[in-house]
Amino acid sequence: MKEKEIAGWGRYPKIKAKIYEIGEREEIPALLKHISQGIPWGLGRSYGDSALAQEIILTKGLKHFLAFDPQTGLLRAEAGVSLREIIQVFLPQGWFPPVVPGTQFVTLGGAVAADIHGKNHHHHGCFSEFVEEILLFIPENGILRVSRQENPELFYATCGGMGLTGLILEVSLRLTRVPSAFIRQTSIFLAGLEEILTAFEEHQQALYTVAWVDCSSTNPLGRGILLIGEHAQEAPLKIRLQKPRAVPFVPPVSLVNSWSIRIFNWLYTKQASRKPRLDLVPLEKFFFPLDKWAHWHRLYGPRGFLQYQFVVPKDQGLYALREIAQQIKKSGLSSSLAVLKLFGPENKNFLSFPMEGYTLALDFPYTEGLFRLLDRLDQIILECGGRFYLAKDARLKASVFEKGYPYLERFRKLRKSLGLDKKIQSLQSRRLAL
Amino acid sequence: MKKDKFALILGANSDIARALAYLMAQKGWNLYLASRRLDPLNRLAQDLHLRYGCIAQALYFDALDYKSHGSFYKGLQPKPEGVVVAFGYLGPLKKPPKDFAEAEKIVQINFLGAVSILEIVAKDLEKRKKGFIIGLSSVAGDRGRASNYIYGSSKAAFSTYLQGLRQRLFKSGIQVLTVKPGFVVTKMTRDLDLPKHLVTQPEKVAQDIYRALKAGKDVLYTPFYWRFIMGAIKALPEGLFKRLKL
Repeated sequence: MKEKEIAGWGRYPKIKAKIYEIGEREEIPALLKHISQGIPWGLGRSYGDSALAQEIILTKGLKHFLAFDPQTGLLRAEAGVSLREIIQVFLPQGWFPPVVPGTQFVTLGGAVAADIHGKNHHHHGCFSEFVEEILLFIPENGILRVSRQENPELFYATCGGMGLTGLILEVSLRLTRVPSAFIRQTSIFLAGLEEILTAFEEHQQALYTVAWVDCSSTNPLGRGILLIGEHAQEAPLKIRLQKPRAVPFVPPVSLVNSWSIRIFNWLYTKQASRKPRLDLVPLEKFFFPLDKWAHWHRLYGPRGFLQYQFVVPKDQGLYALREIAQQIKKSGLSSSLAVLKLFGPENKNFLSFPMEGYTLALDFPYTEGLFRLLDRLDQIILECGGRFYLAKDARLKASVFEKGYPYLERFRKLRKSLGLDKKIQSLQSRRLAL
Repeated sequence: MKKDKFALILGANSDIARALAYLMAQKGWNLYLASRRLDPLNRLAQDLHLRYGCIAQALYFDALDYKSHGSFYKGLQPKPEGVVVAFGYLGPLKKPPKDFAEAEKIVQINFLGAVSILEIVAKDLEKRKKGFIIGLSSVAGDRGRASNYIYGSSKAAFSTYLQGLRQRLFKSGIQVLTVKPGFVVTKMTRDLDLPKHLVTQPEKVAQDIYRALKAGKDVLYTPFYWRFIMGAIKALPEGLFKRLKL
C-alpha cells in the first residue's frame, strides 16, 4: 500500500488516496477484506472521479491473455489487459476490437465498466454488445460467472456499472475481423451545425463517423469536419504501432485557454480542405489521434480540465447544440475542439450512456465560473430529454444525473442486495448515490 | 526461430522470472515454467503463448521436495538448453526469523533446493556439452547484516555453490551466470520502504540478465552500480561494520 496524490484523466479533482496493487488474482479476497471502501483503477482514463476513492485498487497484475479462438475471434483475457495490447497482438492476425474509444490506453475492465462507445455506435452499439461473459469477484459472494444467460441482472448492471458491481477479473470479448491495418478516411469540411447534422444523416451507412466541431466559431455557429471511415481492403495488416511521445511536464498555467483554443480551432478548420478529401490512414491515427502524446492532459496545467459529454435525442439535436454553443459563448469560457457523434439505439444495461441521438463531448480548462456554466448546460440537456456520461463526470448533481437513467433504482437495489455498497464505492458513486 | 529451443525457469511466478520469461519468449525461446502454484503459472503460460506464439508449459515444481527433482527433470522432453533458478524465499520482512523452522525454510529453499535440482541439471548439461545455468542470488549474500542474515547467508551459500559449479562446468562449455539484483520492485519487496533512487523494475533486471547471458558473463550485478555499492560495503572493516545500522 502506498499513499499518493491521484486524479483522473482530467486531473480534477485531485485527492490523497491509499493505493493498493493487485499482483495476481489470488490476492484479491484478502485485499478486499483488508480495505474498508474502494474502487478498482485500470489505466486511469476516466476523466473525473469514477475511479477515485480513499482506497484505490490497481488492477495491474490482471494482465494475461487467457484464450483465443482464431475461428470465432473470441478472446478471453484478464481485466487489466489494454486495448493497445489487444491491437498489438491481434491486429497482425487480422483482428481488431469491435468497439474502440478515443484512446487505446484503456483496460478491458474499464471498457466494460464504462460500456464504452466508438465511432461505429450507430451500427454496432456499445462495447458490451461484443462481451460474451465476465468473471466478477464480489466480496460477499466470491467469483461469479456473469453473462446474458447466467446472472443476467448482474451482467446488465456490470456493463456500464463503473466498476461498482464487483471487481472484474476476466472478460470474454468477440474481436472483429479486419482486412487491413488501415482506414479509408473521407474528411468533409462543414460550415455550420445544421450542415454537420445533415451530413451525419447522409452518411449513416458509413461504418465510422465522427465530427470535430469548433464551438468557438459563431458565424456560422459551429463549423466542423466530418470524418468518415471504412476499413481499407487492399492495404497491409502488419504495421508498427507508434510509441507515444510525452508532454514532459505540467506547465504552470493551462496552455489551453480561450486564445489558444481560438487559434488552434481556426488553424485546424483552415487547413481542412473545402472539398471532401480521401486518405488512407493507419487505424491508430484514425481512432486514437491523441495517443500520439502521452500525458496530453498535462497541457491543461495544474488545475486540470473537465470533459463534459452528453447525449440528446435526434430531434432535439440541433436545438440543444445551438443552445449549448450560445450558453458557452455568453459565459466567455471556451472549449477546445468538441467531438460530435451519432448514436444508435440504447441497450439494456442499467447505466450505459448511449441512446439514439447526438452526443457531444467538450473539454473545458478548469476555471472559476465553469461549474455555473455547466449547471446551466445540465438544465438544457435535461429539458431535451438527454443524459450524461459517467466516465467523464466529476461534478454532476444526483438530482440531475438521475433524470436520465430510468434503471438507476434497479442498479442501486442490486448493489445493496449483494452488499456491494459497503465495500465498493468511488467518489462519484457516493456523490450520485449509485 | 529455432522451434526446439527450450529454457526451464524454476520459480517462474516470481516477478524477475516472469519478466525474463517475456523477454525470452520475445527472443524466440520456448519455455518450461515451473513453480508450486499452478494457477498463476497457467495464466502466464497462456499469455506467453498468445502473445509470442511460443510453446509455454506450466509445470509443478516444489523446491523443497528434493526427492521429486529427479523425475521432474527426467520428464522434460525435449531437454532444456538452459535452466534459470529463480525461486527463493525471503522470510519475514526486515527482521530475522523468529524461530528455527522459518530459518530452516529459508536455507532449504534458497540453498538446498537449488543445489538439489542444479546437481541433476548439471549432470545432464555436462553430458550434452552445451547450455547455461542462471542462478538468481542476491547482493544480500555479499555481506551478512542483522536485518536479514539468514536470507543473506543462504544466498551467499548459493553464490559460492554457483562459483564452484561454474568452474566444474567450464570445461564442458557451459555458462553459469550468477545474478545479484539490488532492490527490485517485486511482490517480495513491494511493501518494503526501499530507497527510491535505488529501486529497479523487474523488466530492467531481465534485460540485464539476458544481455549478460549473451555476453557470456559469470557474475552480474544489476543494475550495474550495485557492484560498486557492494564493493564499498564489503571493504568496510568488520570492527566498524558491526557497529553500523545497514
